[in-house]
Amino acid sequence: MRQVLQRVLALARKELLALLRDAASRAVLIGPPLIQLVVFGYAATYDLKNVPFVVYDQDQGRLSRDLIARFAGSPSFSLVGVVHDQYALEQAIDGESALMAMDIGPNFTSDLESGRSAHVQLILDGRNSNTAGLASGYAQSIVTTFNGAQITQNGWVPPSTIVVVRAWFNPNLDSQWFTVPGIVGLLTLVVSMLATGLSVAREREMGTFDQLLVTPMRPAEILLGKAIPGFLIGALEATVIVLFTVFWFHVPFTGSIAALYLGLFFFLLSTVGIGLMISSLAVTQQQGLLGVFLFLVPAIVLSGFATPIANMPQIVQYITLLDPLRYFLVVLRGSFLEGGGVSLFWPQYWPLAVIGVVSMIVAGRLFRRRLS
Amino acid sequence: MKAMRLTGLMRKEAYEIIRDPSSIAIAFVLPLVLLLIFGYGVSLDAHHIKTAVVVDAPTQVTASFLAELGRSQWFEPTPYVDMTSANDAMMHGRADAIIWLRSDFTRLSYSSGSAPIHLIVNGVDANNARTIENYLNGTWLLWLRQEATLHGSHLHMPVAAETRVWFNPALRSRDYLVPGLIAIIMSLVGGLLTALVVSREWERGTMEGIMVTPVSKTEILLGKLVPYFVMGMGGMVLSTAMAVFLFAVPLRGSLLVLFATSALFMLTALGMGLLISVLARSQFVAAMVAIVTTFLPAFILSGFLYDIRSMPLPIQHLTYIIAARYFVAVLQSTFLAGNVWTVILRNCLGMAVLCAFFLGIALFRFRKRMD
Repeated sequence: MRQVLQRVLALARKELLALLRDAASRAVLIGPPLIQLVVFGYAATYDLKNVPFVVYDQDQGRLSRDLIARFAGSPSFSLVGVVHDQYALEQAIDGESALMAMDIGPNFTSDLESGRSAHVQLILDGRNSNTAGLASGYAQSIVTTFNGAQITQNGWVPPSTIVVVRAWFNPNLDSQWFTVPGIVGLLTLVVSMLATGLSVAREREMGTFDQLLVTPMRPAEILLGKAIPGFLIGALEATVIVLFTVFWFHVPFTGSIAALYLGLFFFLLSTVGIGLMISSLAVTQQQGLLGVFLFLVPAIVLSGFATPIANMPQIVQYITLLDPLRYFLVVLRGSFLEGGGVSLFWPQYWPLAVIGVVSMIVAGRLFRRRLS
Repeated sequence: MKAMRLTGLMRKEAYEIIRDPSSIAIAFVLPLVLLLIFGYGVSLDAHHIKTAVVVDAPTQVTASFLAELGRSQWFEPTPYVDMTSANDAMMHGRADAIIWLRSDFTRLSYSSGSAPIHLIVNGVDANNARTIENYLNGTWLLWLRQEATLHGSHLHMPVAAETRVWFNPALRSRDYLVPGLIAIIMSLVGGLLTALVVSREWERGTMEGIMVTPVSKTEILLGKLVPYFVMGMGGMVLSTAMAVFLFAVPLRGSLLVLFATSALFMLTALGMGLLISVLARSQFVAAMVAIVTTFLPAFILSGFLYDIRSMPLPIQHLTYIIAARYFVAVLQSTFLAGNVWTVILRNCLGMAVLCAFFLGIALFRFRKRMD
């Protein structure tokens, strides 16, 4: 047993050295994840600030100017131009210099003052329909506030009901709180795949894998020796990124550290397993690279990192059950924002453990098949 | 430069492609599979939002509101007896939102005081929370209007804002995500195709064999570029056909514009892969750089999902070096809005500059000697 341990550790040490000795691969493994965390942490946001809009004010009255001022003064919108005809309005939208155009009819002020409904048209650039939908929501809420003020000023009858919104866990709806913990999972996935996805394919292409096979090491030991470095690098990198998330981005950590690390352990088990599986399937490094991408890209897109899983069609939702990142994202966001403990996350832990164990066994089998 | 030498090199590269079919898989299978999964999988349109509904004192008014809620395509209301059980449902992910009508709701709605409809959303996914809020506001306005008509009056709103969304009136997020996906997938394909081709020759020692021949370094690089360009464009045709025929995304601009800009983008993406390949002497490093620099930046910084205009200014400047950024803008505009020349020309200029930069540096750094 001691010999086995010695052999495994020796191989793990050799693997770690092979990964970190080369300055270029060391740099790729350590630098980019941190840079990407910072860049993506700021970039990956759906929050709209300063939506550029133009105004076509055909009324030029007291109240139309009041409404425009409310838009221009809100942090969500910024007035970038005044147009004087329909053509210029179309140009502003088509050429993407404005995301929204406000078209105020000629009788706006007089309609309002005489108690009729005054009309304003909001034209939005739908080339990004999510942005358009959000901007329209913000615009509606400004109009609602304006209406409320008009109703109180003139003593009109208010609508019988109103909608009052409260958001749990993230009261200001800051989407950075949602994305940055997600990026922790994203980058941990990428790093552990980088560390393991090509490791066998490289040795096979260089011919050193045959040498490894004639040593007294059993396939399971080789597997373990190759898995440990991916595990260590992944865990270390994840820790650094989590610290950055808390101290740089000030995302509150409300849950338990034990729950997070238990999740990280199972997550790395599954990603390292899948990485080794891909790696031992591939004959050349190019095939290994292709395999890594064929796993990595869908794993990220279907994880719920950027778009909710609930919006996907049922069949695709079933596919996401195979995605380890899907489960880890729940653990991450739950630990950061919802104050979840170990007991809340069992539904996430066990699928990760199953994926990890199955992929490790398959990877071991693939080694053995090559042996015979 | 001799045509014969160049065709010889290209033929050699073609054999290389055929021998290891993973290149063909990258050019054709990758776009097919990814576009299928993402085209169906990526959507920002919430529907059937799991909503817990708590009504403290059911009356005709609350029943009419709940009926409206159930009729909408967005909400899937489930009644809960009290707030404790509704909170529990949200905590365990069985509900994404709670709608709570308190016991004084009906009384307040009659006595002119505005009766509150409490919406509690799970704010963890902020964007989704905002979408739910917008949907509820829309449903509520519709209900108010119907109630007013029912009681023989009409709803008096001092200002009625009518929203019109150009290019995508139904706000189908798929219509803008699929063109963006093509850009993401193509930058992946372009980068992957060429990322390993030069470093592979160094690592296997076959570069020395090429170097003793009279071919120039421009010819070597062109010989690498042209076959993969042809394959990449094949993948592009496939993706466009899928977008139009499978996902029914309207193509309002011209095909000619689409393919001219695609060719420019493909050159840029291949040029970036080639540059990685030239700079990295080992395939392993080249592969790692390709993974780190192609997909994630294109996914997050290109404006495909996250609007560039929402990013902080320094990050906005950073996106100028992401080739996919320009192509996403061209594709979204050409598919949905038509040939808008200001958008097309501005972005083509950006791609051309990047393309010249990548290929120029690759050529400059590629040495025909051993060290």
